[in-house]
Amino acid sequence: MSYIRPSFRHPDAQANAKGFTREDYEGALSTLCSGCGHDSVSSAIIQSTFELSIEPHRVAKISGIGCSSKTPTYFLGKSHGFNSVHGRMPSVATGANMANRDLLYVGVSGDGDSASIGLGQFGHIARRNLNMSYIVENNGCYGLTKGQDSATTDIGSKSKKGDPNPYEPIDLCAMALQLGATFVARSFSGDKEQLVPLIKAAMSHNGFAFIDVISPCVTFNNTAASSKGYEFVRDHMQATGKIDFVPVRSEITANYPAGFSEEITLHDGSVIHLYKDDKLDCTDRNSAMNAIAEFNDKGQVLTGLLYVDPDSSDFHKIQQTVSQPLSSLNESDLCPGARALGAINASLR
Amino acid sequence: MKSIEAVNEFVIRFANVNGTGSASANAMFAKSIFRMGVPVSPKNIFPSNIQGLPTWYEVRVSEKNYLGRRGGVDITVAVNPQSMAQDMSDLNPGGFFIYDNTKALDLRLQRDDINLVGIPLTDICRREYTQARQRQLFKNVIYIGALAALLDIDFSVLKDLVGAQFKGKDKLVASNIHALELGYQYAQEHFSCPLSIRLERRDLIGDRVMLEGNDALALGAVYGGATVVPWYPLTPSTSVIEGFEKYANRLRIDPGSGDRRFCVAQAEDELAAIGMVIGASWNGARAFTATSGPGLSLMAEFLGLAYFAEVPAVLFDIQRAGPSTGMPTRTQQSDIFAAAYASHGDTKHVMLIPADPKECFDMSADSFDLAERLQTPVIVMSDLDLGMNDSLCAPLEWDDNREYDRGKVLSAEDLDNMSERYGRYLDVDGDGICYRTLPGTHPEKGAFFTRGTSRNEYAVYTEFGDAYVQNMERLNAKMETAKKYVPGPVCYEAAKKTRDGVIFYGSSTDASLEALDLLAEQGLHLDALRLRAFPFSKEVTDFIDNHDRVFVIEQNRDGQMRKLLIIECDLNPKKLLSVVHYDGMPMTALGASSHIAEVLGKNNVTPLRKRKAGAKV
Repeated sequence: MSYIRPSFRHPDAQANAKGFTREDYEGALSTLCSGCGHDSVSSAIIQSTFELSIEPHRVAKISGIGCSSKTPTYFLGKSHGFNSVHGRMPSVATGANMANRDLLYVGVSGDGDSASIGLGQFGHIARRNLNMSYIVENNGCYGLTKGQDSATTDIGSKSKKGDPNPYEPIDLCAMALQLGATFVARSFSGDKEQLVPLIKAAMSHNGFAFIDVISPCVTFNNTAASSKGYEFVRDHMQATGKIDFVPVRSEITANYPAGFSEEITLHDGSVIHLYKDDKLDCTDRNSAMNAIAEFNDKGQVLTGLLYVDPDSSDFHKIQQTVSQPLSSLNESDLCPGARALGAINASLR
Repeated sequence: MKSIEAVNEFVIRFANVNGTGSASANAMFAKSIFRMGVPVSPKNIFPSNIQGLPTWYEVRVSEKNYLGRRGGVDITVAVNPQSMAQDMSDLNPGGFFIYDNTKALDLRLQRDDINLVGIPLTDICRREYTQARQRQLFKNVIYIGALAALLDIDFSVLKDLVGAQFKGKDKLVASNIHALELGYQYAQEHFSCPLSIRLERRDLIGDRVMLEGNDALALGAVYGGATVVPWYPLTPSTSVIEGFEKYANRLRIDPGSGDRRFCVAQAEDELAAIGMVIGASWNGARAFTATSGPGLSLMAEFLGLAYFAEVPAVLFDIQRAGPSTGMPTRTQQSDIFAAAYASHGDTKHVMLIPADPKECFDMSADSFDLAERLQTPVIVMSDLDLGMNDSLCAPLEWDDNREYDRGKVLSAEDLDNMSERYGRYLDVDGDGICYRTLPGTHPEKGAFFTRGTSRNEYAVYTEFGDAYVQNMERLNAKMETAKKYVPGPVCYEAAKKTRDGVIFYGSSTDASLEALDLLAEQGLHLDALRLRAFPFSKEVTDFIDNHDRVFVIEQNRDGQMRKLLIIECDLNPKKLLSVVHYDGMPMTALGASSHIAEVLGKNNVTPLRKRKAGAKV
């Protein structure tokens, strides 16, 4: 960890459309190991929210327990955060979202938190299509308890302790797809160019947006034989295609970067641009599942946007709740009053 | 043989097979007595099963207004061959055994000290109805018709109830009334009606209403402003949520859009249900869930989080017989420890303990105010007996001028007007309760990180021992403050000055109060106190201090509330005497009074029912 944060900011630092500078999106100093992949994810979240001109205080950050779940302290210091209990971030996020549909929900979890102790809650929040971005910082090990294998550690992968993992890994993207998530992506903490547009798209998606970010643990699982180490991922990563995200506010010009050939328009009018290389059809769930399996068989990691349903209906629509936040309703909206109770009493005689 | 003679003062028990439609017919019987102006208290004793196992419905009729279980049975309606032997042996001498005599009674089932009343229910049904399901359903209605003649129930009251039950379905009204008449006529023609046990119309109900505790909790939550209701199905708590949804669908629909001003979501388990409650409450909505013992166990970790991170949460615990899966459809008050100290570390939770549906309604609505005022979980401790049985109580009341107490929550304006640094865990008022802010309130001020790890007064993570201890001491101080907010106990003074006292709570109340009357008839006088909340206020310790011996009546094996009193009030254990009943059936007045009389050394009561294994009372 670093103890010093430079106070210098570029004098020409631009403000975004809402007048915030990048600094407004930063958080406390990280206490993670230097070089931790998670810090790059925090940084990508800061950049994404800055570029999307999201008002920082309109974000709610929610996490479980573990190294990854500590990170919400390190970004968006003007947002409320909730570091809950191990594996249960999804339920806290669900309750929070039920209470106030108007905030942007960013859930941060890890492979232990989501694929082991919290596998049940992870599955059900995907089914529910809760409107949130759910980011797993996947390092294939238990960092905070010093390097035990996790449920996403690849079979045969060797951690610092040296023993190859004998068990089948859980692929959280494949699970999310199977369970009905409406936005599924995989990325790498070392690939900010891909990660930032993915996070921006996830935040603009109306429904459950899941990103599995491979985020190496430099202390316990960054050996050459580890499938979640920097070296392995860099050597074996295959992207579904380049991605760019255009928020609805931006003026869409004809100057798409060369090679971007596919557009996916989200519910709010923002656009995901993809460079399509025929690896998969991002709006076809089966195509995404097949692609994951195919690359897995080749020993490669497929990253990028895997699936999106641009017409998804989120949990509140399914529930038919009123358009204003339930937390904003007062006595006159909620309490039927003494007269109605009198009628109920009469029916109980 | 002398038959029991009684007017408006008896116990009747129906022995049925579950899944045969008996519940609604039996409920109609109880309601008809209520409508005749006579206090009545039905208890549904059902198996953890959908169809085919024995189920009982015990109705206490009492113009003396005793609403708890008395003990003993005066009339048995035995329609279940599986349980007939037991049902016959449970009947008091001089009682009436009403049974289906289509087939002759098993010769082994003979008692010469009871009256046999045979009605060929199966024969009548076979003659009248062709379909099997009809034969099954109407058999129940026919015996109610027969009881109308045997006990002198006002037939027009039954007709009205049928009319209300099948409103708009004239065919069903006619067929049900016909079935009632079949039974009525058979009884009139074959027996001298009414029996020596009978009903007479009275005007003893007043403006009271009859409903289930769970329904009242649900309604209280609607009135109390709950909007987020995550849950996981678990007997006997499920009907709380069903009730909430029923009332909310009627009372909480936005008139313009038709959208719902509430959100009920079935969670994947109880952990998720309480997690959602905590997430919603953290985010400014009023939220609750309902569960029973097994769910409470699962929720422990989250309850500790809410205690330590100081997030409001409302939980209704409808207790059932434990441990483990226990007897899922039988009642107990055995989650006292599990709720009071749920979770690891030094934790303590506020409990509210209602004794009737009116109190369920009030405490349900109040629990949301309390949870937000105290920023901690509030657990309403009901049980299967109170929750799932119809009980008589005063009409539900609501003051239209009442405002929800949202507790110490800073608005954007409050934050703007603050000159000092905002500290989420800073005890500004000295009552242990700090000011919270809700997500999304202010662009610059008031944001903090909620966590289950230790932190300083400004919500910054710390492992500094002094800061941790200071925080834990403040949480203790907050529990002291809670004593001022929770409902105080109810005291009942004995007719004569006494050094003996009794403490009871929740669904043990009615039977305990009757037990006190039975004891007083023997010249044994005891002052009584009904607990309504935890932590215990000074009135509770004063009551104990002012008596030499205090009996604690409760429905669990270990005397959990007695022990909680000893621990929390630092009492001499010898001073508190345990009176427990925990066989899964609601406790009886006779059981409790004979136990206490025995201890007081003057046992003049002959138990009407033999003690069952395991039941100390």
